Amino acid sequence: MKLYCLSGHPTLPCNVLKFKSTTIMLDCGLDMTSTLNFLPLPLVQSPRLSNLPGWSLKDGNAFLDKELKECSGHVFVDSVPEFCLPETELIDLSTVDVILISNYHCMMALPYITEHTGFTGTVYATEPTVQIGRLLMEELVNFIERVPKAQSASLWKNKDIQRLLPSPLKDAVEVSTWRRCYTMQEVNSALSKIQLVGYSQKIELFGAVQVTPLSSGYALGSSNWIIQSHYEKVSYVSGSSLLTTHPQPMDQASLKNSDVLILTGLTQIPTANPDGMVGEFCSNLALTVRNGGNVLVPCYPSGVIYDLLECLYQYIDSAGLSNIPFYFISPVANSSLEFSQIFAEWLCHNKQTKVYLPEPPFPHAELIQTNKLKHYPSLHGDFSSDFRQPCVVFTGHPSLRFGDVVHFMELWGKSSLNTVIFTEPDFSYLEALAPYQPLAMKCIYCPIDTRLNFIQVSKLLKEVQPLHVVCPEQYTQPPPAQSHRMDLMIDCQPPPMSYRRAEVLALPFKRRYEKIEIMPELADALVPMEIKPGISLATVSAVLHTKDNKHVLQPPPRPAQPSGGKKRKRASEDIPDCKVLKPLLSGSIPVEQFVQTLEKHGFSDIKVEDTAKGHIVLLQEAETLIQIEEDSTHIICDNDEMLRVRLRDLVLKFLQKF
Amino acid sequence: MDPECSQLLPALCAVLADPRQPMADDTCLEKLLDWFKTITEAGSSLLLLQENPCLVELLCHVLKPQDLSSRVLSFSLRLTGVFAAQEDCFQYLQQGELLPRLFGEAGPLGGAAWTAPTVRSGWIQGLRSLAQHPSALHFLADCGAVDTIFSLQGDSSLFVASAAGQLLVHILSLSMRGPAEGPPGLQADDWPACAQKIVGHIEESLRSTAAPQITQALNVLTTTFGHCHDPWTQVLWVQLHPLVAALLEKDPVPAAHSLVDLLLSVARSPGLSSSSCGLWETLAQTLSHLSPTQAGLLALGILKLQDCPQALRAQAFAVLLQPLACVLKATAQGPGPSGLLDSTSADSVTADILLPSKAACVGLLCRTLAHLELLLPLPQRPCPWPQAPLLGAAVTLLQLCGGSGSPASDEGRQLCTLLLGCVRVQRAALDFLGTLSQETGPPELVTQVFAVLLEYLRSPDSSPTVLKKAFQATFRWLLSSPRTPGCSDLDSHALLFLRELLPVLQKRLCSPCWEVRDSGLEFLTQMTRRWGGQAGFRHALLASEVPRLTEQLLRDPESYVRASAVTAMGQLSSQGLCVPPASPEHPGGQQKSLLGELLHILSTDSEGFPRRAVMQVFTQWLRDSHADVVGDTEQFVAGVLQVAGQDLDWEVRAQGLELALVFLEQTLGPPRSHCPYAVTPPVAAPASPLTQALQPLCRVRLFEFAFRALFDCDRPVAQKSCDLLLLLRAKMASSSSLQEPRSSPDVASVEAALQRWRAGDQAQPLGDLEPEVVLAVLRSMDLEGLRGALAESSDHVEKSPQSLLQDMLATVGILGENEADCY
Repeated sequence: MKLYCLSGHPTLPCNVLKFKSTTIMLDCGLDMTSTLNFLPLPLVQSPRLSNLPGWSLKDGNAFLDKELKECSGHVFVDSVPEFCLPETELIDLSTVDVILISNYHCMMALPYITEHTGFTGTVYATEPTVQIGRLLMEELVNFIERVPKAQSASLWKNKDIQRLLPSPLKDAVEVSTWRRCYTMQEVNSALSKIQLVGYSQKIELFGAVQVTPLSSGYALGSSNWIIQSHYEKVSYVSGSSLLTTHPQPMDQASLKNSDVLILTGLTQIPTANPDGMVGEFCSNLALTVRNGGNVLVPCYPSGVIYDLLECLYQYIDSAGLSNIPFYFISPVANSSLEFSQIFAEWLCHNKQTKVYLPEPPFPHAELIQTNKLKHYPSLHGDFSSDFRQPCVVFTGHPSLRFGDVVHFMELWGKSSLNTVIFTEPDFSYLEALAPYQPLAMKCIYCPIDTRLNFIQVSKLLKEVQPLHVVCPEQYTQPPPAQSHRMDLMIDCQPPPMSYRRAEVLALPFKRRYEKIEIMPELADALVPMEIKPGISLATVSAVLHTKDNKHVLQPPPRPAQPSGGKKRKRASEDIPDCKVLKPLLSGSIPVEQFVQTLEKHGFSDIKVEDTAKGHIVLLQEAETLIQIEEDSTHIICDNDEMLRVRLRDLVLKFLQKF
Repeated sequence: MDPECSQLLPALCAVLADPRQPMADDTCLEKLLDWFKTITEAGSSLLLLQENPCLVELLCHVLKPQDLSSRVLSFSLRLTGVFAAQEDCFQYLQQGELLPRLFGEAGPLGGAAWTAPTVRSGWIQGLRSLAQHPSALHFLADCGAVDTIFSLQGDSSLFVASAAGQLLVHILSLSMRGPAEGPPGLQADDWPACAQKIVGHIEESLRSTAAPQITQALNVLTTTFGHCHDPWTQVLWVQLHPLVAALLEKDPVPAAHSLVDLLLSVARSPGLSSSSCGLWETLAQTLSHLSPTQAGLLALGILKLQDCPQALRAQAFAVLLQPLACVLKATAQGPGPSGLLDSTSADSVTADILLPSKAACVGLLCRTLAHLELLLPLPQRPCPWPQAPLLGAAVTLLQLCGGSGSPASDEGRQLCTLLLGCVRVQRAALDFLGTLSQETGPPELVTQVFAVLLEYLRSPDSSPTVLKKAFQATFRWLLSSPRTPGCSDLDSHALLFLRELLPVLQKRLCSPCWEVRDSGLEFLTQMTRRWGGQAGFRHALLASEVPRLTEQLLRDPESYVRASAVTAMGQLSSQGLCVPPASPEHPGGQQKSLLGELLHILSTDSEGFPRRAVMQVFTQWLRDSHADVVGDTEQFVAGVLQVAGQDLDWEVRAQGLELALVFLEQTLGPPRSHCPYAVTPPVAAPASPLTQALQPLCRVRLFEFAFRALFDCDRPVAQKSCDLLLLLRAKMASSSSLQEPRSSPDVASVEAALQRWRAGDQAQPLGDLEPEVVLAVLRSMDLEGLRGALAESSDHVEKSPQSLLQDMLATVGILGENEADCY
């Protein structure tokens, strides 16, 4: 059993598991942090961005000044943003049988895999994962395609040139594999390969293993997966949460008794408690708006935004913010808000019960009804006529490199009355802000990551008790910035096995058993013999028939009737030779009684020696040795077959035959 | 006993004795018993029984085999004890063989009723009341009660077990008090048999291997030494001391908590001279034998003792400091003494207790901090007080809990993992840190204190309770921050800190959690009250958004927050720190004055707390002659009294009277001091006659308000009003310009109106009153009588024994009717 690790990002995993005869890809996350090296794509021409000076080498060589621009001491690639794909060379991806998706953030690389690697298998995911994943992809494609960029920079990726660049471009990994965003056509084609599944549904893969999605509590439709055969169980835990937010709670019980638990997608900000961060978010929002400033919240169109809107729904009246407009701008804003209301069965219990009242499960419906929350596909069109300040704007993309957020950063960045509040934990806010420097607006960092933290993990592992834990290497040591925080790492016994990008891991357990079915008529023919109380044995003679990873013992064919025909003859030759077998022996030989029996049969001068494995009975007169061990008995005598047979018969007296 | 009660008693006794008529409410049995206790304390029980034979009949009746409720049985046992406390009555009951039948083997003791804990408890309490005289001791000995009490010490009901222990102490002390010929000698061999039996039982229990028995014995001894201080207690201690000391040789020490209690009780007992009995040695030994978790309480007790050898005190203090020393050692950046304890020998023990489990670690640290906090303000606290290391320890603990500590050692890291985010330790450490502000510390440590406080105030993870404590500790440290002599302003460091603090406070005032907004406002009020007049503070505060945010919180949805905002705004306004209400909330640009805003709250707020807060602010403003009030005081007072008089919340009305009182004093001059030595400020006596001085009071309709309050359905309001009017009448009497009382049609109509008010019809207003009319009405009113009536508790009529008996009978009567209905 092997694990191929194709991604180095612990929360955007992409691993391939070879288990029995199947090849299963676990998630295909897309590392978008690569986009931070690029200049933002403004919706409207930005004189500031277009006038940034080109970058030149120390010696004044300016051959890269078209590709690289400098802003406040940082160098950015002036090109269409590109993404860092999972490793494609480590394993032939066309051999992947299935892809299991755990949540909508972890499927963003799907089109790259399904459309460009010869993949012919099936993808499994829950319905909300697919629908919201589609929204995220649609938004991404839209953001990038609506601002076409003529220029595509590739010179800087040359290894020899990259070495000369300043950090972080110099240290960027695998730049040659970075790819532009896929197209909507590719998205549609990739999504068409998905088969929908429900929680706890059992899916057979080629009869060899069974996979089952379980609720993971992190997002709408998010799942952990169990991959099991009859005697082995691998759990794949990716992006789980124990907090009570909107999704169905995490199913922990089903993870018990795993041989291996692959643990990914823990919180990216283990020191920030989501509750405290929501409080910070509300306080800073109110403080800004009360001072007459605007608040910008860069966010994804689904996920935490639902919880934020719910908190604000409760908070705005108490904070006297009822008159402040809230805008949600995304090409998929409308679909996201509406989808969230129809996935009742995937929601937490509280929200499910609302549906029966009937009420919309999320209170943002009421915010929309009362005109407190308005949503627009983009800032062009209706929005510009409705726009009123001070206000709060939720919009993407959290990387601040594309999407409507770029416009608001340019618009509001100059005033210290305004605030940008970062709630998505995926991007370093300092790096995200770098191309906007100098910036007068206030920046607040309230990352809200509801995924498991290390305390919760240690409780979970105690509860679930897997034999082995496998996790990204980042989880096996404290974060570099807080090396004394021994609590910020996975602590379990035995210590977890860790992996890193482009590594192949042999998982630490051997398969020892395989289930075999026995046909009823064959079972009827067995004659069990009790050898110990409660344990019976029977010998079986049968034909082992294996098909589709299922093994069946069938009755042996009857011995062929002797016949003269040639064809018959050949047929009988094919039949396995069913000779009568020697009986099997069981039991143990009590040495003292054995010696007494020997004496009774006329042997004298018997010596017994104890050895590490058993005993040696020495018949000195006959120059014969009898070695008695746990699982074998040897009679060693010199060419005296008569004596050997006599002794053998005496030994056999003590054993049972069947 | 009054005749009415005597008449009711037989019927009641019959009801009690009737098993078919159960008492629904056993509190009336308690009240009945209390009543009998008062009667017997005042007079002869014997006479009572002879005059009311029904009582003895009741006692006899409960002995008959029947299905009587355990409550009534228990009541009867206790009642018997109350009667038998007097020796003649005891003899009387003894003659009827009633006592042995009730308390002896033949009584409930052997029957099925004994399974009810209330009966066992009644039996013990009966004996406790009865055991007041030598005859009782004989009785106890004869009926073998003491053995039963021994066994009841281990009763399954904790109440019974504890009462049994106390009864033993009582019997022991009674028997040692001795007969009339004098107390028994100091030789234990000469002690009465009963005492010897009890002491023997204690000795046996102390030798036992069973922890519960040892605990019982120790508890009995603790009570004994706590209550009896006669010389015999010293003999008892000398005799039992070796047995107690022997307990320390066991590992683990059994019943450690009870042992600590006993030793402290002995040490505190004035009857024992501690030095002669080897007590100090035992205490020292105990300190070293007990685990740190158990020894803390003993150490604190020792340090609180007035006279105690220095070495023992030092040992006790070391025990108390050990856990913190351990924390300091684990987190020390380099080797070297932490400064808290020199010896490190015992550290390993504490480390063993601290590190393995979170619960033990947190418990020990919280107890240690609480103990030290108790010790700090005491005059006998250890000297020199290790202020600097303790400050260091508190700061370190807070850093560990907050995740900002960076311990170098493995133990430190382990400790960090255990304490991270632990709210209990955070609260205890913040409390302790606040208490430490009474003393100062080295400047670099004080800087650290402010840094850690700011960290807590800033951290989004601080829970509301932790935050509140952080605010409190911050205020205390700001109070104690070093300042130039003669100047009460904040020093430059504190001002720098304040500049960092105000943005945090600003954010906290916008918190979604109302507790946080509330404690932020309380903190602001405290700071403004203290430094509102100081230039540095004013400058920093006015440069921030805090005053404007506070004003917005007057409209907070949470009533507690509104109340705190009212108080804070009142304080800010008193100090001239208010900014005009902001425009976003009032887009029309209509700017209300704060006075108007508060009046609006007073008349419209649906919750009581903000309205009470407004009244307090107004009273304070009137007292301080606030600028908004001084302009037209009469209009202000009239307006406030009118609104407050209609308020549904009695505290608002009572506060209205407080305001009226301030106005009255300001108008008529303060009340004359009765103390001959008091310095009376030279107040110009009102030159004008009293009637003229009363004019303003009449104009603001103060009297209508006060008279209405006089008949208020809430007693405190009526009392306050009564006091106010009495004060006014005293002024009238002292005033030289006393005018002849005169009766006029006006007076008659006012008096008639007041009569109607008293009867509950307060619809009709009094209209404009002339001072003369007021004076006449005041003279004619029986205010003293009213005050007396109000001073009685509201249920004084219903509390009479007669009413109790009637109630009890009525309840049963109703039951009886129901029964009749059934047929």
